[in-house]
Amino acid sequence: MTRDETTTRPEPTGRPMPARRLGAIRAAVLAVAVGAGILVPGAIAAAAPASPSPTPTSSADPDTDTVTTAGTSFLTATTIRAEQPVDVAASSGDYLYWQFTAFAGETNDLKINVTLPPAADRHGPSTWTVDVFDGLRRRQACTEGAQTRTAKVADTTLSLGCKLRQVRSWAEPWSGDPLPGAYYVRLSVTDLPEQDLGLPTRVGLGLNTVGDDEGGGEGVLSAPLGPSPKPKVTGSSSKSPTASPSASESAQAGGTESGTGGGLLPDLSAEAKWILACVVVGIVALVGFTLAWRTRRP
Amino acid sequence: MAVLLGLLAALTLPGIPPAVADDEPISEPPKLELVLDVSGSMRAKDIGGRSRIAVAQQAFHEVVDAVPDETQLGIRVLGATYSGDDKKVGCQDTQQIVPVGPVDRTQAKAAIAGLRPTGFTPVGRALRAAAEDLGTGGTTRRIVLITDGEDTCAPPDPCEVARELAAQGTHLVVDTLGLAPDEKVRRQLVCIAAATGGTYTSAQSVEQLSGRIKQLVNRASDTYTQTPVTVAGSNRCENAPILQQQGVYTDRERPQEQRFYRVPVASYQELRASVSVALDRPLNPHYGVLLRAVAADGRELVRGTDAGSGRTDVLSTGVRWSGAEAPAESPSASPSGSPTAAPTPSAGSSASPSVVAPGNGQPIVCLVVSNSFSTPTGANDGPGMPIELTIDVVDASPALDTPGLSRGWVLLGGLAVGLILGWFIRWVIATRRETR
Repeated sequence: MTRDETTTRPEPTGRPMPARRLGAIRAAVLAVAVGAGILVPGAIAAAAPASPSPTPTSSADPDTDTVTTAGTSFLTATTIRAEQPVDVAASSGDYLYWQFTAFAGETNDLKINVTLPPAADRHGPSTWTVDVFDGLRRRQACTEGAQTRTAKVADTTLSLGCKLRQVRSWAEPWSGDPLPGAYYVRLSVTDLPEQDLGLPTRVGLGLNTVGDDEGGGEGVLSAPLGPSPKPKVTGSSSKSPTASPSASESAQAGGTESGTGGGLLPDLSAEAKWILACVVVGIVALVGFTLAWRTRRP
Repeated sequence: MAVLLGLLAALTLPGIPPAVADDEPISEPPKLELVLDVSGSMRAKDIGGRSRIAVAQQAFHEVVDAVPDETQLGIRVLGATYSGDDKKVGCQDTQQIVPVGPVDRTQAKAAIAGLRPTGFTPVGRALRAAAEDLGTGGTTRRIVLITDGEDTCAPPDPCEVARELAAQGTHLVVDTLGLAPDEKVRRQLVCIAAATGGTYTSAQSVEQLSGRIKQLVNRASDTYTQTPVTVAGSNRCENAPILQQQGVYTDRERPQEQRFYRVPVASYQELRASVSVALDRPLNPHYGVLLRAVAADGRELVRGTDAGSGRTDVLSTGVRWSGAEAPAESPSASPSGSPTAAPTPSAGSSASPSVVAPGNGQPIVCLVVSNSFSTPTGANDGPGMPIELTIDVVDASPALDTPGLSRGWVLLGGLAVGLILGWFIRWVIATRRETR
């Protein structure tokens, strides 16, 4: 009753401008609030997978000895490390296998250089192919590089390349996404004149690994793929391997923004993330309070 | 859940020999035999002006010097003694001049130096004998065959012999080296190598020959650490062999065949399986392999597939599969408040009984390996192509929440709290004014 007397409703002739301005302000506040509500928890989530300790990337312990062997099957594949030179004498037609271990967040790039047999001994073009398989022997796609190339008789060398997708820290069992664990590289000649088999060739291979701790995404794989010696627990899980509160918490906080746009916030402990989240909730509550207050008091 | 755990614990898998544990070191030394052709044609002087036998002898000397101490090396020759014309006698002519064992370098070199090119080329018989020399054992054994001429004693056809030896499941690999080979020899040696998963090299100089043999000798020492267990898959899920939860298995599968295996997988576990089919014979150029995981009632759970065209050694694929339930030791996945990532206990246990085989009540997944290889018409598809099956069962990985909902609730909750607070304060003020 008193309300009707004290608050004078804006008359159509009276003050239309303030009401409109009020609406604009309200919309702006709402936009800011919504923006903050989306961005800040997003940033928290992005910071969540950041590992407290540096990932044990394979390049951290570079073995500089040149690898001079290659396996002949998945089970006998020769283990290589990033930046380790590989130089193998082989016969054309051999199937050469290497394996390396990849961790979440890494992007691996393979470069292969084949010194072809003397042109005088060759009878026609030969097609070389590099295939990459994950620890479950599933074919992996190359995002860049020539996976297959055909050498003419006159060519003396041939180069192949394969850049793999970034290794995820987790994927659904039905997915073919690249996961931490073993990766196999197979170099083979997929097409050549039959009389060119068995000629001497040399194969050089280089593995370049770019690690990005935060790019691996959310989630933890219970065990890396493949039969390779079990690598140390990867990325975000290095502190809490499975099912400890902080792991589930980060899995809970993070969802969609699987790592992209990480690096907005420095590494935060779980407590700091909760405090930050509470502050954000408080700000949003204040904004809500302001909105409710002003709607009824023009 | 507890019942399932109990069942799994009770499941001790009696029928299948246990898979070799990962960390169990194999003490067996690497074994290898060099098989050298000393037939009459080795006299030809066409490798850099030197006779083939002289080149082979020099290469063998170098190899004997370089053999690692732990490697057991034997040497067998063929066509070395009988110079007559009687094919029947000449085709029996193969002897082991250095027995498989720790290498006595002086004795081995003396034996090599005394070789003179003489007789026939009984490659098939020599291969069989070499396989016997190496005996049976857990690790892969290698035969390195060095020859310059085609087999003059068939039958047995050496390629058939190689396939037969490979089919015995004794992990035998034959690497072949051709000395100035002609087309027929090359075909034969390529066939032998392909049948056993070995390599073929055409040697054109003494450096190349000795370098390659040394490489093969060294390769003998990096054989498997995990020896595949031989199994025989069946044609139906119900009577398929039950595999251990961890191991490498070998079997044989003919083109267009499908084989079933069973693996116990509890609802909180994840199955990881991969299969490789080796192309050990001439096949039509386009092919594929399919690995499916199937529930006991025939429902497909997951499939992995790969296909290809052209020359290759193996065709592989793999699958991961886990039940709907999260690992037992991480209950955190359920109370997260999101609709899909929180499977209720009833949802989890309703998913698992469908995997349970009727009758014995074990949670079991069937693995089906099939292929779309085909042989050129008229070709003998013999004992089937070697397949290698790798099984691993690990804890299931906890599932992630559905995208973004938890954060959305935080935001909405904050807004709601703020709005209610605002209205409440306004109401309090209004009431005060009223009473004033």
